[in-house]
Amino acid sequence: MTLENVLLVSGIIFAIGLYGVLSRRSTIALLMSLELLFNAVVIAAVAFSRFTPSAGLADAGAVTANEVRAALTGHVFAVLVISVAAAESALALALIFALYRAKETVEITDVSEMKR
Amino acid sequence: MFSEPLAWLIIALPVAAFVLNGTAVRAFLGPQSLVAGWITIAAVAGSFVLSIFALESVASDGATIHQQHDWIDVVGLHLTFGILLDQLTAIMFVVVSGVSLLVQIYSQQYMHGDRSYTRYYSFMALFTAAMLGLVSSRNVIQLFVYWELVGISSYLLIGFWMERPSAAAAAKKAFLMTRFGDFGFLLAILYIFSVNPEYLDIPALYEAVGAGAIAASVATWIALGLFMGAIGKSAQFPLHSWLPDAMEGPTSVSALIHSATMVTAGVFLVARFFPLFEASNVMDLVALIGAFTAVFAASMGLVANDIKRVLAYSTISQLGYMVMALGIGAYAPALFHLFTHAFFKAGLFLGAGSVHHASGTFNMRFMGGLRKDMKWTYWTMVIGSLSLAGLFPLSGFWSKDEILATAFERESGVGWVVLIAGLVAAFMTAFYMFRAIYMTFHGEYRGGAEVEAEMARNANLPEPVGLGHTHRHESPWMMVAPLIVLATLAVVAGFLVNPLFDVGPINKHAFATFVTERNESVFSVDQHGDVPAGAEESHLPDAVHAGAEPEFNIPVAAVSSVMAAGGILLAYAMYITGAVSPVAMGRRLSAIYSVLLGKYYFDELYEDRIVVRGFYNRLARSLAWFDTAWIDNVNVQLAKLTANVGRGLANVQNGQAQAYAAVMAIGFVVVLFAFLVWGS
Repeated sequence: MTLENVLLVSGIIFAIGLYGVLSRRSTIALLMSLELLFNAVVIAAVAFSRFTPSAGLADAGAVTANEVRAALTGHVFAVLVISVAAAESALALALIFALYRAKETVEITDVSEMKR
Repeated sequence: MFSEPLAWLIIALPVAAFVLNGTAVRAFLGPQSLVAGWITIAAVAGSFVLSIFALESVASDGATIHQQHDWIDVVGLHLTFGILLDQLTAIMFVVVSGVSLLVQIYSQQYMHGDRSYTRYYSFMALFTAAMLGLVSSRNVIQLFVYWELVGISSYLLIGFWMERPSAAAAAKKAFLMTRFGDFGFLLAILYIFSVNPEYLDIPALYEAVGAGAIAASVATWIALGLFMGAIGKSAQFPLHSWLPDAMEGPTSVSALIHSATMVTAGVFLVARFFPLFEASNVMDLVALIGAFTAVFAASMGLVANDIKRVLAYSTISQLGYMVMALGIGAYAPALFHLFTHAFFKAGLFLGAGSVHHASGTFNMRFMGGLRKDMKWTYWTMVIGSLSLAGLFPLSGFWSKDEILATAFERESGVGWVVLIAGLVAAFMTAFYMFRAIYMTFHGEYRGGAEVEAEMARNANLPEPVGLGHTHRHESPWMMVAPLIVLATLAVVAGFLVNPLFDVGPINKHAFATFVTERNESVFSVDQHGDVPAGAEESHLPDAVHAGAEPEFNIPVAAVSSVMAAGGILLAYAMYITGAVSPVAMGRRLSAIYSVLLGKYYFDELYEDRIVVRGFYNRLARSLAWFDTAWIDNVNVQLAKLTANVGRGLANVQNGQAQAYAAVMAIGFVVVLFAFLVWGS
């Protein structure tokens, strides 16, 4: 398993998510596609973190604070993104409910109030 | 020695009266408070007493140049101010505060009951302060500030009855025309500044001129600019036409401002910078302008029917006398004439106001026969007129004769022109003054204001403005007393001030000696290191001293007296005996008569030809076209372009969230691609 392989997976997931965001009409599907985008990013972040070469970690005892920071940044970001995504999903679902109550539809193409 | 705080106090007292009247009195005691008059009278009286002390101090100790104070001191600009108390200033102090005091006393009655009595007295105080500051300024820029203050207070007082459209128009005309001259003054100041900022200090300028540090060509341009200011302020040709219109103001204002003091500011300016004028090449121009104005204005006075306008033309003519005297280097005679003229002309104006008080009009065609009703006014005006006409032994005779004698002594072309102009003007002056006296005081009473109003109604003309009510009696003593004082001065201020031989304690040529002496010890103080050694010696060029004390010239005096007497006799023949009919004469010389009555059509030339046709119709219209077609249009087109672009771009906003997301995604890819290709 190399960095390139993982990034390829991440890229494929991102592309699928982007396609979904741009093509699906249902806001539920949109939301799901959005989750794919997030997760692609999370995978990439963790992968970079995992494959960061750090001599100090292998050679225990000579770890510097900067090296620990470099190794953990991606993981911390992953946790942050996941929690933000959870909050965002809750918000988005609430919006979808509100949209449905107001217009009896969850199709994004039916909503064009922002026009001009 | 007259200390500096006292000198400032002379100016500060009327300023205090102005502030007090304008704020406290007006706010708490109302616009008609008699207190306002007393405050101004007290303040001006204080200035007058101090002025007498100043004159006494200068006479005994010589001129004092008080120290300069910093006014503005930033990099590249260092302006100072201070008091310059020399002989010229001392005399102007006394003339201004003295005439002002008498006029303020007179105004107590003359302006009584006017609904803006307080405003009148605050403006009069402001004017007096500005004029006193003007004559005592040490720095040219300081002088210019007071000069403009004088201009604005003149504007405010001419337009005092601003509810009359004619008064408002006259005020505007006076302000704009004098501003036109001030433009030249300002250019002269800038030129002085560019030559050497130190020269803005007048004593330093004297020193530089005395040392020959200023080239004749430079002096010529500066003098030309200064003279332009003087032309505007002193109503010399070609900027003369504002002064007759300025008679729209109250008569007491005309007496103070438009005869005795403000209009002499121009003469004062030339006198103040006289060394510079001497060093320049404009002296002949000054003389010729003055000579032309003296005759030109007098000729218009010959036919005027408004008594104040007669006096206004007379003022212009006499100012021309002073200016031409300065132009031929007759420094002392010019100032002497300024001095005597201030008294008799102020007296004549106040007399005209007194006449208006009785007849309700200024139009002499509706006066007549007032001699019996107002003896004091009649006799004081006769004395003033005789003095103005220059009859022996009244003050006007002595001052006028000194000018003519100097012109005779010059024996140059310009000197002859001045002499002839002076003699012709003397004849005309005598004629129009006695024409005015005869029309006003002699013959049958012709009805006053009521008849004038009725005739205007019958002829379907608008009723003349400013008519009062007719009550034919002498004016109250508060108005008559200043007349008597001024008439007395018109008699004695000539011979006793500048006698031909020693009269008791008064030395021969006391006035001329006084004004031409410059205190060497004061002027030689070396405050400016760059002035070469030897500069201390000559402050006024020799020519000034040469012209200072012309010997009494009996042939010249005789000829001028004959001219004056001839004028009076002609007036007598025309308006008393009827030996020469004015009507027949007017018909025979109808072309000249209508030109004179039309004031040489200068108002038409300026207002119609130059301002309306030339300025509005050509210049202003073409500029307006350029403004709308180009400057405005560029902005309009730019705005239209922006609006259209915005409208086009607005169509992109279709409200579909996914379209926006697609654009974002594509944009991101483009940026990323660009970064990968050209980045780093």
